[in-house]
Amino acid sequence: MENAFKKISDKLFSSLNKDEVLMLSISGENSDFCRFNQSKVRQIGEVLDSRLSLSLINDNRICHGSITLSRDLENDLKLAEDELDRLKLEVTQLPEDPFLVMPSLSDSLSEKNHGELLSSNNVVDAITPIIKNVDLAGIWASGNIFRGCSNSMGLMHWFETDTFSFDFSLITKEERMVKGTFAGNNWDQSRYESYMESSIEKLKLLERDSVKIEPGNYRTYIAPAGVSDLIDMFSWNGVSESSIQQGQSALIKLKNKDRLSSCFSLEENFSSGFVPRFNGVGEVSPKVLNIIDNGILRNTLISSRTAKEYGVDSNYADDGEYLRSPQMAAGDLDERNILKSLDKGLYLSNLHYLNWSDNLGGRVTGMTRYACFWVENGEFVAPIENMRFDDSIYNFFGQNLESVGSQLEFIPSVGSYSSRSIGGNMCPGILLDSFKLTL
Amino acid sequence: MKDLNTILNSIDISADWIGLREVCENKTFRYIRDMNPQSNTRSSSHGVMVEVLSNGQFGYSATSDMSDSGINRAAKSALDNANAGSKNNIFNFDPSVRPKAVGTYNSPFIKKASSLSPGQINEMLLKSNKFLTSNDKVVSASSMAMMVETEFNYVCTNGSNANQKFLILITDQAVNVKDGDVFQTRSMGRMGHQMGMEALDEDVVMANCEKVLSEAIELLSAEECPTGNMDIVIAPSQMVLQIHESIGHALEIDRILGDERNYAGWSFVRLEDFGKLKYGSDIMNVTFDPTISNEMASYMFDDGGMKANKEYLIKDGTLIRGLGGMESQARSNTPAVANFRASSWNRAPIDRMANLNLEPGNSSFDEMISSVEKGVYVETNKSWSIDDYRNKFQFGTEYGKLIENGKLTKTIKNPNYRGVTTPFWNSLKMVGNESTFEVFGTPNCGKGEPNQVIRVGHATPTCLFENIEVFGGV
Repeated sequence: MENAFKKISDKLFSSLNKDEVLMLSISGENSDFCRFNQSKVRQIGEVLDSRLSLSLINDNRICHGSITLSRDLENDLKLAEDELDRLKLEVTQLPEDPFLVMPSLSDSLSEKNHGELLSSNNVVDAITPIIKNVDLAGIWASGNIFRGCSNSMGLMHWFETDTFSFDFSLITKEERMVKGTFAGNNWDQSRYESYMESSIEKLKLLERDSVKIEPGNYRTYIAPAGVSDLIDMFSWNGVSESSIQQGQSALIKLKNKDRLSSCFSLEENFSSGFVPRFNGVGEVSPKVLNIIDNGILRNTLISSRTAKEYGVDSNYADDGEYLRSPQMAAGDLDERNILKSLDKGLYLSNLHYLNWSDNLGGRVTGMTRYACFWVENGEFVAPIENMRFDDSIYNFFGQNLESVGSQLEFIPSVGSYSSRSIGGNMCPGILLDSFKLTL
Repeated sequence: MKDLNTILNSIDISADWIGLREVCENKTFRYIRDMNPQSNTRSSSHGVMVEVLSNGQFGYSATSDMSDSGINRAAKSALDNANAGSKNNIFNFDPSVRPKAVGTYNSPFIKKASSLSPGQINEMLLKSNKFLTSNDKVVSASSMAMMVETEFNYVCTNGSNANQKFLILITDQAVNVKDGDVFQTRSMGRMGHQMGMEALDEDVVMANCEKVLSEAIELLSAEECPTGNMDIVIAPSQMVLQIHESIGHALEIDRILGDERNYAGWSFVRLEDFGKLKYGSDIMNVTFDPTISNEMASYMFDDGGMKANKEYLIKDGTLIRGLGGMESQARSNTPAVANFRASSWNRAPIDRMANLNLEPGNSSFDEMISSVEKGVYVETNKSWSIDDYRNKFQFGTEYGKLIENGKLTKTIKNPNYRGVTTPFWNSLKMVGNESTFEVFGTPNCGKGEPNQVIRVGHATPTCLFENIEVFGGV
């Protein structure tokens, strides 16, 4: 698709009037999906999708459009020209935009991560033999994903990656569950079988009768996958400068005077190469941006538009000012000593359905899910029945954060709303002196 | 749109059933914040989902290549997928789960989408935004309109030939206000309907702005919501979420069968509960009804070809029927409703909600309020969370009033409440009559693997629940 994108770009840029500026982006995928229930195939298929987005600027006005590409170049050139014609008619009718950011020319980036993926015809044979004696629900997703960006100033970026993920839940007869995600760029059958055997082994921990925990405050360890969900909350009315300026962010208190724990540091870190460094308009973000440093808010995510509106400096965040490649800093809690350090309390492997219960207060509610245990004397006692929590980032990343795990775990993004996600979060586990359960 | 029947007839594969579902959608989003344009965006999507049944398994291929050769290639790929999946499939389907669908549906509207130009819509949004930003306590104000025009064409080898066209308008006005360290938000909840540009009627929009702004300013000096167990009167603008999360998702048969266990979760409802479970009090009546004019998810056929009809799911408080399409009916041996739906051409259908409504009762708003000695009245959802079995929920709302000795008194901020689904619905004490009944819809219901977001409608009266755990902010 890279060549097609270049040809479409050239064609559209050549048809601009002298006062017009055009920005283009493309995203798409060739994905195989196989959905499993009870370790058997529920739905199976493929999606070939690609989308071209156009942003036309004229006389300090801007409008946007996007179209589905058919992947037939001649047809797509016609579709793209028609869309540009529509934008040319519309843009003159719109109000002026004082915070419109003109695109700039920067060094072009090109990154391609090709891998060896399982062919769609072999997925069922490769996945199912090892799970035939367990109850598994989940989704296999695999294929090529691409992103591109160009503008009429001459910029051209391309990012392409082959990825797969098998995101699954293993379920006991008592309906207790273990979560797993096997993901990467190159399929390795023996690594998959080893990962699955290890996941199946974890089910044994859930064989004991569960205990019911009463609402209250508990000493708690949250494993990296759960911490990843908490970190995701920073992308929703959190680290966005625009959100702070508009009085909608949980970090307003942090920006003013409050501090989180000195054990807590968070950065945007693109060095892994899992996601492109360029944003939706082609600006290239710093390789590493310190967000929270030992509890102190150092930077918010600032798009060029927000920078212009509020008179601050851009760090080339995407329009939504969400974290694209977050990495929480590791601490000194040795993984081998987690249960011993917890001593008595809750071990939470995963969290579920988080939402701000008081956004400005920083309070988050959600559920415990999957393999969560009651621990006594540094040993697992029993799985717990799922509980609702309602606590503040100023507690669990603040005064109640006792220590942080020494190892970071990559939690891949496996979401697929409208298209498959790329990248993920790098997170350690956290040990809390107190965590509030409410229901 | 393509002549799908001609293409269908040209497909040269051996299968038990073949279906083509073409979707063409234009979604236009116009958004003004603080008197400046933030978005004038039209997203167009066009493609076809080819589904094939072979050896008892459906396989699919979604493609934007609408040429004859492109759709033929997709059909062959869908067949390969079906045959690969049939080696270890969860159920052997037959063509009966894809009934013949012939007909057309056109959603109701008065003013067509093109009746207002982009410039006129921006003018309207700017006018409303000017009003919203007129108070010096306003930190930020937004005015938005989203127009969605969608056309479905569905043809199958069983003779199905259906065309459905929708025009949906979603509007909102919202403000963030500040006084000292106190921030509050008030909005119209970003809800939508099947209707035309009459949704941008100036009188309606400006009345919404007046309500939003005046109530936001009220909230700045309001007391914190009290904490404790008390009666709660819930307006339709919050009942929407209560119905959606604690009834709708819990009754989806594919969840009960375990398809969603790795994502949205399971359900506390089991197949043996139908006809027996006392879901709520005797005055609780819930229907699946894709036939209500203007409600967001009204239609004639679902994406499996089943004709849409109104069905009671909960009658006099007892659970009698679930939300499952024809595939779920075959798997679960429970009667189907026409809710087998996909978000677009690039996703396969699954069990969804469509319109899920709480039927009106007999109580007026004043009768409900006057029956409460101590409690709260709440409007407009702000926060939502529920567990993977759809039991333990917690909701936050934007605006509330204290109810003291049968009267609405002081405004309260940050009203939240939590509970467990069936005890909560069994505490339903009064159901509002037609005068309190409102029709809403939301475009953002997420579910499925791969993930899909779909439009659902909820119509409901105001309701009174007794002895609920209520609390405020930090």
